[in-house]
Formats: sequence, structure tokens, C-alpha cells
Amino acid sequence: MSNQTVTSIVSGNIWALYRKELKAYFNSSIAYVVMTVFLLMAGWFFTLDIFLVGQATLRSFFEVSRLIFVFFIPAVTMRLLAEEMASGSLELLVTYPVTDVEIVLSKWLAAMTLLTITLAFTFVYLFTVIILGNPDEGAVFGGYLGLLLMGGAGCALGLFTSSLTRNQVVAFVLAFTVLFALFMLDNLLMFMPASIGALVEYLSFGYHLDNLSRGVIDSRDLLYFSSLTVLGLALASDRLADRRE
Amino acid sequence: MISVERMTKRYDGILAVDDISFEVQQGEVLGFLGPNGAGKTTTMKILTCYMPPTSGNVIIGGKSVMQHSLEIRQNLGYLPEDTPLYNFMPVLEYLHFVGQIRGLDPAYQRKRVGEMIEVCGLEDVLHRDVRELSRGYRQRVGLAQALIHDPDLIILDEPTSGLDPNQIAQIRTMIHEFGRKKTLILSTHILPEVQATCDRVIIINRGRLVADGRPDELASRLHGFQKVRIGFAGEGFNAAEAAAAMRTVAGICSVESCGTEAGLELFELEAEKDIDPRLDLFRMAAEKGWPLAELHLERSTLEDIFRELTVGVEQAVATGPAS
Repeated sequence: MSNQTVTSIVSGNIWALYRKELKAYFNSSIAYVVMTVFLLMAGWFFTLDIFLVGQATLRSFFEVSRLIFVFFIPAVTMRLLAEEMASGSLELLVTYPVTDVEIVLSKWLAAMTLLTITLAFTFVYLFTVIILGNPDEGAVFGGYLGLLLMGGAGCALGLFTSSLTRNQVVAFVLAFTVLFALFMLDNLLMFMPASIGALVEYLSFGYHLDNLSRGVIDSRDLLYFSSLTVLGLALASDRLADRRE
Repeated sequence: MISVERMTKRYDGILAVDDISFEVQQGEVLGFLGPNGAGKTTTMKILTCYMPPTSGNVIIGGKSVMQHSLEIRQNLGYLPEDTPLYNFMPVLEYLHFVGQIRGLDPAYQRKRVGEMIEVCGLEDVLHRDVRELSRGYRQRVGLAQALIHDPDLIILDEPTSGLDPNQIAQIRTMIHEFGRKKTLILSTHILPEVQATCDRVIIINRGRLVADGRPDELASRLHGFQKVRIGFAGEGFNAAEAAAAMRTVAGICSVESCGTEAGLELFELEAEKDIDPRLDLFRMAAEKGWPLAELHLERSTLEDIFRELTVGVEQAVATGPAS
């Protein structure tokens, strides 16, 4: 319901919900499949760098990870609300004394946890690079931070698209479309008039991720990703409050 | 405890609930009766704060579902129609999850989970995943999750649908048990269920409230007449004479011969609703020396009422008593 008191937005119940979501991931094959696919693809491009290019660097790993995230995130978020709506369990969930914001937040946190665990596995590449070469610490930090921020925004938007339909495949496609558009925007700049170029550039993932991967932590980039995250979470909880069936 | 005031719910252009008002007292067991799609589930979803009414208001325990949904939900146990539990969790874990999400104190939660396992008979399935359970066990887990926080108000949507007769009997026993202490609302389209479990019935049809009262009260209110079946054994007995004699008994309005069956001469009588003519009929038969073999007063069942109210009013008026 929309009339929730501010004080109850975060309560102890959120951890029960969060643990439930994590269990749902790891009890099904979703977590293992998406993690494996991500690590295989990222690993492939990383090894290519080392053996073909002969460079011990994480640069192409970070660049390709952005693209993989465009597929990975929708796969992680598609079930979050669509499944609960399809099975009817949402009907029970919202009659427990939890707020819509709590439901959305706990699901987002669970998706972010899965994403963070996956990224933690790529520390193997980081250690390899440290042993073989001399990576730029700022760029590595910025690169990981960029992926986490993009993940946060992507999971929030994916959560919203998952609230739009009972069909997980539709939820996946919708989330993929949104993320792909944000991913592609800065590649289309040359086709756009200069007047809107700056705006389009600002809206794209790439522009901000490039900034971060240079090791420059600018508040504008942080603001961009956190605004998208808040927007996605707000839209999702709004959708939840707007239920009629 | 509950007061529903002129509640209307409209969605996607459909009028699901149309201006319904009723009250429920503390400790009452109320049955919602109606054909599929009549608005029972919609009404329950509004009572459980799943969705707000389009207009009108619902007050539960002095609080409105519009403004105090969270407080109301704290003290409410709900079991939706298709028992949508989390399939991937083992039963024990699921009960603890519900306890946590309800914010129970850990010690109290352990105690309540133990009690629920006992009350709902879940000892044998504690470590099985919910998805593996039979329909009956699934329903019992559903009841356990609705009751774990010891709520004052319990709402069950079609709690016995899809169960076999033994399971239905078990669930009904449980409902009886809770219904003694709690306010309980259940919906069903199975009529004997209401007669077996409820203090009061509300019949809903096409979104409108069409009847409200105790099951037996409804029966006599809707039927101006009671039916009496009477049968005499043997030969040397004049059917026409008997029919005429029976017409003179106080309270009897009409006598109809139903022919003979298994050696019995059968009649169906209509009697005024406040008079029990059985004693007079027996005395009359004894005086005349007619061997009375069968005498039975039929109260009209909820089934009759239900059909009258939901199959179309015109038909009921046409075939009903002209009182």
C-alpha cells in the first residue's frame, strides 16, 4: 500500500526476505549458470589479452564485462518479481507486515550479492596480473567500482522490468533492451546533432565507466549510477503498490 | 471486529465487488459463499490489505485498511486460494522464515513453530521441500503459516478445495479448533462446508451481497414452507382417504401423493414453517390404525437457498412458494 510510515521502511524483516532471496538463487540453478557463463566469457577475454596480446592487464576484462553485464543482469533479475506474481506467492508476501520498499530492497540486495560474489571470483585474474605485471591500482579500483555501480543500476532497472510482467522471458527481454540502450548510447554520438550529444553522452553507461576506469572517482559519475538505481527501485516499488489483481 | 462499509472494487472495467456492507463480530466464524467469480476472493484480498477498495471503507479492529494496512497485517493470518508457498524451502525452514518476516521474538518463534508442527501434524515432513508435499500436507503448512503469529483474525480462501474427503475432514477439524478462539472468515463454494463449520453465512453473487445470516436462519427465511415426507405400509389402506385426512391436520397446506415405493405408500406434504406437524400426523395415523412406516421433516438446505439466490431470481420467484 502506498500509505506507509517512513519509520518502517527498513526493519528487521528485510533480512529474512534477503536470506530467502539468496536461497532461491542458490537452491535453483540460476546462480550457478549465470556465474559460470560470466566467468567463462570474462576469463576467455582475459587470457586472450595475456597470451595473444602479451599484456598483463585487466583493461579488456573490464570492457568486455560491461557487455556481458548487459546479458548477465537481466538473467539475474528476471525472476525476482515475475516469478512471485506467476506463482501467486506475492499475494501472500504483501499481506505479511512488510512494506513494498522492503520487498524491493531485499530483492535488489540479493541480486547485488550474487553479482558481487561473481566479481569476487575474478580476483583470480587480478592476482595473475599482479604476479605477472604491474597494474595501475587506480584503474583496477575504478574498474571494479564501475562494474558494481553499473550492476546496482542494472539490477534496480531489471527489478522494475520484472515487476511489469508475470513472464520471466519478457522480463529478461525488457531489461536487456533498457540496459543495451544505455550501453550503446555513447556509440551513437556521431549520428546525433551536437546539441543533444552531451546529454546523450551523459546518459550512457560507457561515458561514466570510462571515467571511472581511468581511476578518477568523480561525484558526477557516482550521482549518475545512484540516480538510476534509486529510479529503478522507486519504479519497482511503485508498481508493487499499484497492484490490482 | 470487522466493519465493511459500502465497499466497491472495480478493476480493468470489471465491477468485482458492488457496494457490499457487513460486519463481523469478534470470535465469529463467517463463511463466504458464492459461485466462482462472484467476488469472494476480491473481498478477501481487500480484507487482507492486498489491495485497497475503489470506494467505501473497511475497518478492522478499529483501523482502516487504507491508512493502517501494516498494523492490520501484523494481526492477520491469510491463506490464499492456491496455497502459494515457497516451493524451494523445506517445511521447517519455511515456518521459521514466516516467523522472522512476522518479526517474532526468536524464543517465541521457536515455541510457536513447535506448536504449529504439533497442531498441524507436520512432524513427518519437516525436512521435505514444500514442492514435494501432497496437496493435504501443503494445505496444512499453509494453515501453519497463517497461524504462526497467533493472529486474532484468520482469513482462508477455499481452504479445502482440491483435497480428498479425509483431508477435508482433517482441515475442518482444525478450522473448528481455531474458530473457537479466533475470528475466522473462510470462503467456499462447497455448501456442506459452510453448514459444517460456520456460525454465519454471507452469500455473494455477481459482486453483490444477496444473503446474510445463520445457516438455519437463512433456510427458514427463504422458504415459507417445510416439507414432510410420510409413508404408510401395507394393503387395506385407502390413499385418497388418507390424503383427505392429512389435509385436516393443523399446519398442513398441501398433500401430494408420490405413489408406492418398496411397499410403502408415500406422500409429500407442505407444512407452514413455524409448525411441526409430525406429532399430530402420528396421532392421526395411530387413531385410524394406519401403519406409519416413515415420517420425516425436511428443512430446506443451504443448497436450495444458494441455487435460488444465484441461479437467477426470476426462476426462484416463479417456482418458489407464493407467500
